Amino acid sequence: MSDFDWKRISKHGDKIALAVLLLINVLITPNFLQLQTLFVNISQVATIAIVAVGMTLVIATAGIDLSVGAVMAVAGALAPLIFLSDFAQANPALGLTLSIVVPILVALACGLFNGLLVAYLGVQPIIATLIFFISGRGIAQVLTNGNLQTFNHPGFSYLGTGKILGLPFQGWLVVVIAIVFWYVVNRTMFGRRILAVGGNENAARLTGTPVRKVKTGVYVISAGLSGIAGLIVVAINSASDAARIGNLMELDAIAAAVVGGTLLSGGRAPIFGAILGAVIIQLVKYTLLANGVADEVALIAKAAIIVLAVYVQQGRKE
Amino acid sequence: MLDTNAFDLRKYLQGNGQSVGVWIALVVVVLFGAMRYDNFTGAYNISSFLNYNSMFIAIALGMCFVIMTGGIDLSVGSVVAFTSVCVAYLSPYGIQVALPGGILAGMAIGSINAFFVIKMRIPPFIATLATMLGAKGGALVIAGRQTISVDWTSNFTKFGMENVGGLLPWSIISVAILAVGLWIVLERTSIGRTVEAIGGGEDATRMMGLPVDRAKAFVYILSGGCAGLAGVILASGFGAGQPLEGVGWELSAIASVVVGGTLLTGGMGSVPATVAGALLLGLVFNILNFENGRGVISISAYWQMVVRGMFLFVVILLQARVSRATKKQGV
Repeated sequence: MSDFDWKRISKHGDKIALAVLLLINVLITPNFLQLQTLFVNISQVATIAIVAVGMTLVIATAGIDLSVGAVMAVAGALAPLIFLSDFAQANPALGLTLSIVVPILVALACGLFNGLLVAYLGVQPIIATLIFFISGRGIAQVLTNGNLQTFNHPGFSYLGTGKILGLPFQGWLVVVIAIVFWYVVNRTMFGRRILAVGGNENAARLTGTPVRKVKTGVYVISAGLSGIAGLIVVAINSASDAARIGNLMELDAIAAAVVGGTLLSGGRAPIFGAILGAVIIQLVKYTLLANGVADEVALIAKAAIIVLAVYVQQGRKE
Repeated sequence: MLDTNAFDLRKYLQGNGQSVGVWIALVVVVLFGAMRYDNFTGAYNISSFLNYNSMFIAIALGMCFVIMTGGIDLSVGSVVAFTSVCVAYLSPYGIQVALPGGILAGMAIGSINAFFVIKMRIPPFIATLATMLGAKGGALVIAGRQTISVDWTSNFTKFGMENVGGLLPWSIISVAILAVGLWIVLERTSIGRTVEAIGGGEDATRMMGLPVDRAKAFVYILSGGCAGLAGVILASGFGAGQPLEGVGWELSAIASVVVGGTLLTGGMGSVPATVAGALLLGLVFNILNFENGRGVISISAYWQMVVRGMFLFVVILLQARVSRATKKQGV
């Protein structure tokens, strides 16, 4: 095989991986070609995809956001606290609105905190977002006293179980978010600036890009999207367990972004690539689960995929 | 103990502002605790404090070397869990087999990290994130999802449970030997100097003809070995190999290293200050426990994570100020 062929294969590695995964599943996974399977996968891939979009933007500025899972937990712990409160019982519509708006605002505030640390204090992104990675889940558990909150709230559950035109609501949400951020990256000044900062920060600064604002912005967006994902997880389960919402999500999101072609060194933000990456990650999970592979072995498989994806990508860069 | 510290202090007063700060903070916190709580300076508190924190000192020491090269090792917590399970299986053969066995198991995972980072050129935090998952999965697989009880008839549990002279546990003695050894390696050997040089500028170090890859392999394998030692202490101190332990420990280690004044961008680093940083972080929790016991404040396990995060935050704020001040002087 010549070098040229190898390059082309690695360029389309994500699509090939998807095709291979689908083929394997059709062959070995029982009941794979069922509508039910599609729904399950769409409803579960949505959270990974939404977080991966935000992660892609952060990585495009050569940053990283390890706090996404913890921010999901904070948002997911807050929502039931609000709509189960006495106030919300008295004012159902307002209560529902607040239970969606307030957690997202809190998530945005977490993102602002991350962004300010990275952009204005010059703290490395890994370390800055590590703070919430550690303490965010703790805050969520303090809020709920570590209890599992279960609920029966059709209005809120629509986020996770509703259907539009027969397809899960959150699937449509992913489509909308992807289109919006594709437009932002490719057609707006802010998008160009994100790529400029990631491509060469000093050059961007010299040409008048407000580097600090752009950096702060991507962390705020990433946290906001994580907040939405946290709400969806809670809505799907009709339960909120602060210890588990978004656990290890940072890994899934980073893996999705990298598999989708985002360079860890910054400068590229393939939004639809990230969605494709999320689908691949979800399919791998589903394949292992549906074929009875133990969780702990699945962990090892996921680790191998991350290393492989980054390795292939390194080759692509050269 | 104070006498040996006094020697360090004098040396560090000359060049390293933050390191001095850590020692002063450490002394202040110890004095505060000694005056406020009756049993704070009791033999039981001292030996259990040192025993528990010897694990955190060990992983912080390895982390310090990794961070000095501009890298990071997120896998240490999982490696502790993994090796604790390994040594639980080795415990019937006694500590003389389990201790080297556990350290070797940790070094094995460390060499996987080294391979990923050096040969496959995967960014350290991704590579070690992957081994963090892999080691955790591996620990659960070999333990069959259970805690593995150690053999109580061999001398294995003495390592983590017996004190020399009623005060110093074997665990802290082994970690102290490790710390002194690493201090000498860093300050007096060529590999130590190469490690510091890499953090200052990897390309420049390579051009100077220093063995960059060898030094990087050294730090990741060292970090794995330190986590392995912590795993031995965990298994022997608690009488079980625990596949689910170690979550978030990498953060404690990173925090200790940062408190010790090692710049996260690599280059500068100090072994004694890292030990002091780990002790300081441990003392904060020790004091919180005492406050808890007095019923003044009630701190659940959940708050511990929040406190850990806030601690890291404060340190980062301090360090950002320090590094900005030095930058101003330099430019």
